[in-house]
Amino acid sequence: MERKIRVLIAKPGLDGHDRGAKLIARALRDAGMEVIYTGLRQTPQMITTAALQEDVDIVGLSILSGAHMTIIPRVIESLKEAGLSDVAVFVGGIIPEEDWPALQEIGVKAVYGPGTTTTQVIEDVQRLVSGQAE
Amino acid sequence: MRGPVDVQGVLAGERRALARALTEVENDSPAGRDALDALFQHSGKAHLVGVTGSPGAGKSSLVNQMTRLIRNPSQGEPKKVAIVAVDPSSPFTGGAILGDRIRMRDIVNDDGVFIRSMASRGHLGGIARTTSALVRVLDAAGFNLILIETVGAGQSEVDIARLAHTTVVVEAPGMGDDIQAIKAGILEIADILVVNKADHPLADNTMRALSASLEFSRPGKISSIDSFHHKELAFEPVKPDMIEENDKHEHWIPPVLKTVSTEGAGIEEVVAAVENHRKFLREQGQWHQRDAARLQEELNELLMAAFAAEWRSKVDQSRIDEVLGEMLERKISPQNAAIKLFSLSS
Repeated sequence: MERKIRVLIAKPGLDGHDRGAKLIARALRDAGMEVIYTGLRQTPQMITTAALQEDVDIVGLSILSGAHMTIIPRVIESLKEAGLSDVAVFVGGIIPEEDWPALQEIGVKAVYGPGTTTTQVIEDVQRLVSGQAE
Repeated sequence: MRGPVDVQGVLAGERRALARALTEVENDSPAGRDALDALFQHSGKAHLVGVTGSPGAGKSSLVNQMTRLIRNPSQGEPKKVAIVAVDPSSPFTGGAILGDRIRMRDIVNDDGVFIRSMASRGHLGGIARTTSALVRVLDAAGFNLILIETVGAGQSEVDIARLAHTTVVVEAPGMGDDIQAIKAGILEIADILVVNKADHPLADNTMRALSASLEFSRPGKISSIDSFHHKELAFEPVKPDMIEENDKHEHWIPPVLKTVSTEGAGIEEVVAAVENHRKFLREQGQWHQRDAARLQEELNELLMAAFAAEWRSKVDQSRIDEVLGEMLERKISPQNAAIKLFSLSS
């Protein structure tokens, strides 16, 4: 059987707006991927546990609260501690562009702001995952 | 391509090794098949509990609450719990949203719990084709109790009863009248019936309808599970521990229980019923009968596939095309076509 891309979509932190996360989850599903959707208010520990148990290829984080510079480094650190540094991470939501380089510095592979097309996210996910396999 | 599965790691309870093994087994890769072969002798210990019912009935919430309780028993050592949660794949794109973890947030940080979501990948019947294989890996990895949550099931997704020792059917109130309750299918496979959302005004009606339907029922003989699905076996099955006079068997009467999973109400009774059913199966010798039936059915499917492959390797595609053509032109019946095609291999 062909190998399906497995994606974890999670919303860390405290904001309760998951429309964007659901939209991306749906778009990736329609692109033939298996999307594990964990819902709101996920701690870094919960995200890491889910990524590990579900053996996902890539993790997408949606964050609109403004706490991204606090939470995302913790998620990345937690994934590393669990030995999951080979799992790619992308971030979407309200992230000011001046913060993008800092996030990429700590290992975030892609950052998406408002207006991103789902096609672009799908293509990036496919590219990032096939890059891991090589 | 990933390397071979770390079987020793799986047996030692290493979670990364386990997660990777599950992926290989789910994909039915050569590495996954080798791992299954190696792990088989370590399996067969866990209590397999199926949780099924219509979409939105509250299966995930119930699994969450049951697990929480099982992990915090009032006495004794807590059992290690694995959960396999199946959600449907899109028939058009093959993609899936696996959302069962949303309702399991109380238990995700517990080291004694391992949750794995899987997509049905086109398989009908409520579970995926490789669900039983995933369960076997988790069993070998030392989980004592494995909860298998099916896709939201209608009336005929009854595969779970073949896989699980104990099947819990979850119903929500207001899902139909007393005729629905006596139709064949999913209610028949219940070892335990749960009416969830019992704070709903219609809950008592549903309780009454289900309890009444059970009064009519003659408990099924588990030993007849090889005729389940009206399937013919390629060989005569062995039925171990058969007690000759079936009347001496005690019958299990499925309890009908009320829960409000979002609040945790009624969960103790469900967990107790699951444990009672396990003891019942053990005492009646039915535990082994179910295992034997399941393994023989698996063997049957593998044999059928092997027969088909063997036949296929002996017959030319051009001959097959010929016979297919005759059938499509309605010159010969499908029955005659099958006989003709089969004779080509001898």
